[in-house]
Amino acid sequence: MNSRPEHSDSPGAALEIDAKAADFLIRRADRGNWTGEDEAAFDNWLSQSLAHKAAYWRLESIWDRADRLHALKSLKAQAKREAPPRRALSFSIAAAVVAVIALSASAGFLMLQGGAKTYATQVGGRELIKLSDGSQIELNTDTVLRTNFAGGQRQVELVKGEALFRIKHDPAHPFTVMAEGQRVTDLGTEFAIREEGKRVKVALLEGRARISPAPANGASKSAVLTPGDEAVATAHGLSIVHQSQEQLESDLSWRRGVLVFHHATLEQVAKEYNRYNRQKIVIADSEAGARVINATLPATDVGAFARMAQNFLGLTVEYRDDAVVISR
Amino acid sequence: MVEKLDTDRADAGVNDSREGARMAEVKAWFIREVLPLEQILIQFLNRSGRSRADIEDIRQDVYMRVCAAAYDEIPKQTKALVFTVARNLLIDRARHEQIVSIEAVENLEALNIAIDEPAPERAIMAREELRKLQIALDRLPQRMRMAVILQRVEGCSVQEIAERMSTSERTVKRHLSEGVQALAEIMLRDIPKSGRTS
Repeated sequence: MNSRPEHSDSPGAALEIDAKAADFLIRRADRGNWTGEDEAAFDNWLSQSLAHKAAYWRLESIWDRADRLHALKSLKAQAKREAPPRRALSFSIAAAVVAVIALSASAGFLMLQGGAKTYATQVGGRELIKLSDGSQIELNTDTVLRTNFAGGQRQVELVKGEALFRIKHDPAHPFTVMAEGQRVTDLGTEFAIREEGKRVKVALLEGRARISPAPANGASKSAVLTPGDEAVATAHGLSIVHQSQEQLESDLSWRRGVLVFHHATLEQVAKEYNRYNRQKIVIADSEAGARVINATLPATDVGAFARMAQNFLGLTVEYRDDAVVISR
Repeated sequence: MVEKLDTDRADAGVNDSREGARMAEVKAWFIREVLPLEQILIQFLNRSGRSRADIEDIRQDVYMRVCAAAYDEIPKQTKALVFTVARNLLIDRARHEQIVSIEAVENLEALNIAIDEPAPERAIMAREELRKLQIALDRLPQRMRMAVILQRVEGCSVQEIAERMSTSERTVKRHLSEGVQALAEIMLRDIPKSGRTS
């Protein structure tokens, strides 16, 4: 067993107590073989703790209810009948989170030979843009995207925010995305770009794409990204790390309206939440902000965050008009 | 036991008469009001993403503490008490952990349990009870079910069951012991209330 704080006797103690209670229960029911000594041992065990009593009462109440079995006459026949065994002790509720992609289908089609057009989502919003060349762009919260398809070129600019690009490759008309002075050129691709102030994060999911500074300057590098690569580019440089599939999927969980965190501090979680909500989360002290969690939370439900902080972390939550203040 | 709280006091009072009047009241209250909450309590605890053994430990800890409280005074708001205690235990554990896991998206209602709601309907019709029992029995592995039926319906002793099932008494005891634990788990947790509302 892992080392764990000493809350109960030992991990799994409850299961042992339950087993002990069950053992007493069925031996007591077997009257012929229950002795005075047994009864004394039972009394002693029962008086040791209220936990023992509660465990015994719980099972006894079920066993007593089973007396009603008399009413089920068919059961007597059943005892003799063969029936396929079935496993019954399925305890844990499967934690399969069903991915429901609820995207606004209202985004209009647009001719790529069209001129400049601007798309924007509000805080907490999402939008799917279907281009007439078959490419799709999903905008995350608080995002502005400008398209420019004049003269047959395929060029868009991520002015701010985050978007997922699923691009129909066409070598004759390369699709390029500009963001914070970086140019990402599709080489047959699905990728996500997130603008974070002065830096740009590009995650490549499928195919390939090139990232280069724009306009090109002699000193800076360009790189070709392959699936799993995540590039972080600033005016001064470029770094690329390889991310696990799990991490990439977590980063894109906004597409189903949830935020997934692995080993994130509450401070980081709050910051991410605040991208999606007008009512801001304020972590009022650094100790609370340093708590580390794994969590899956609905992106646009500040209340869920607050209840989590309250119910699972024992933090104090104060609701104000435009903010939820979390403190110890 | 780390937490001594009221348990020692409560236990001391009943050393000589285990079914003292006070404790009998606690027991009746526990069976009538606390056990029916086990299903939602487990749902709530499952949100914490903890291991099964952990969750059972917390459940038992909750039961122990609410019984200790009831020994002083039978609570008026059982549900509120149960969930306040559960919440405090989760928080207390989370304080000692590096990383706390939360899965809040699925089944959000479990987190929304209003703590001052009235307790769920207590009177369960006998027929409903039988229905649950039948379902629970059907889910037991075959030989376990057979042992339970022979004991509860036909009133056989362990020895008689062993003979009729051509097995050892030890095996029969194991079937019965695991059987009652499985029945408790199924009846208290897995079986949803029937669709009818009264």
